Amino acid sequence: MKIFKSFTKRIFNILFRKKKEISLGFYGPPNAGKTSLANRICKDWTGEEIGKVSKIAHETRHVQFKEEVEIKYKEKSLKFKLIDTPGIATKIDYEDFMKSKMKKKQSQKRAKEATQGIVEAIKWLDDMDAVIVVVDSTENPYSQVNITIVGNLVARKIPVLVVANKIDLKKSDVKKIEAAFPEYEVVGVSAKKGKNMNEFYESVFRLAKKA
Amino acid sequence: MSNKIKRSKKVKGLTLQFMPYSEIASLDSVGRIKKLLKIVLDNKVVILQGKLKPEEETRLIEDTMIMVGNIKGFKGVELAVIDQDKGDLGMMGKVKFGLAKALTGQQNAMTIIGPATIVKEMKKDPKKLEVMMR
Repeated sequence: MKIFKSFTKRIFNILFRKKKEISLGFYGPPNAGKTSLANRICKDWTGEEIGKVSKIAHETRHVQFKEEVEIKYKEKSLKFKLIDTPGIATKIDYEDFMKSKMKKKQSQKRAKEATQGIVEAIKWLDDMDAVIVVVDSTENPYSQVNITIVGNLVARKIPVLVVANKIDLKKSDVKKIEAAFPEYEVVGVSAKKGKNMNEFYESVFRLAKKA
Repeated sequence: MSNKIKRSKKVKGLTLQFMPYSEIASLDSVGRIKKLLKIVLDNKVVILQGKLKPEEETRLIEDTMIMVGNIKGFKGVELAVIDQDKGDLGMMGKVKFGLAKALTGQQNAMTIIGPATIVKEMKKDPKKLEVMMR
């Protein structure tokens, strides 16, 4: 009788238990501002940044985590594990890093780490409950990388929020991002300047409800 | 007699390999990606009738990155998929589209994959695709 009771309890918990902390991933092409946005959130709510940023692409070359990030907004609270991933690209050329005045050996090392980082980021897709796809609002949003990432998340039934970053820049065009992803919620922010973060947090709460 | 230095002009060629979807339809995902990347490694641009599944596209990127780390001189690929704009099909239209997709493997789409050493960039917007060569 005792064994039966504990078995039933376990099944009940598995079926009806609410997940305490969701895994929220940050995906997107290189240099879109994933780590900048992750840093903004982590600094706001935990006091500590998650990783380094740089103008040179592929600064994040390993998956980075921040556990138990709790955001509180308008009497609502959300706890999640923030997972920042390397930017996904279909090509890596070490000579591009040399154009930013990096030495050859350092550039080759960075390129090798970047390729490994992309493989790692793709493998981590399986573990996401929800994903924020960060795109640069000054760049063409129709790149195949963006479409592939979003398509893959939809196929896995992972809810998506598209963040159009860098709205502080003149060339920013959030409408173009919205037109490229008409079936998804799109929110424009400047992670660097902290613009429109309230609207972003509201969108994150809506995203978490779907997870 | 003046010595003229003859400079031979080399004409750079580009091979576009057209592949009907039927050539990869019977393969599993690993086999499809292997076949496509083999052509790309041969310095050719593949024009595939149809498109890969989203998980296959992601796998293609993953395998490409593994190859970049392990094959000297290989820098990756440029990839673009041109899909029919479903637009305002209406309910019946979407059902017909879905059925056609299930039966034919979405052959109204086209996938272009080229080695990054030959294809500098593929810029896509809703109405056109620009392919810039090196």
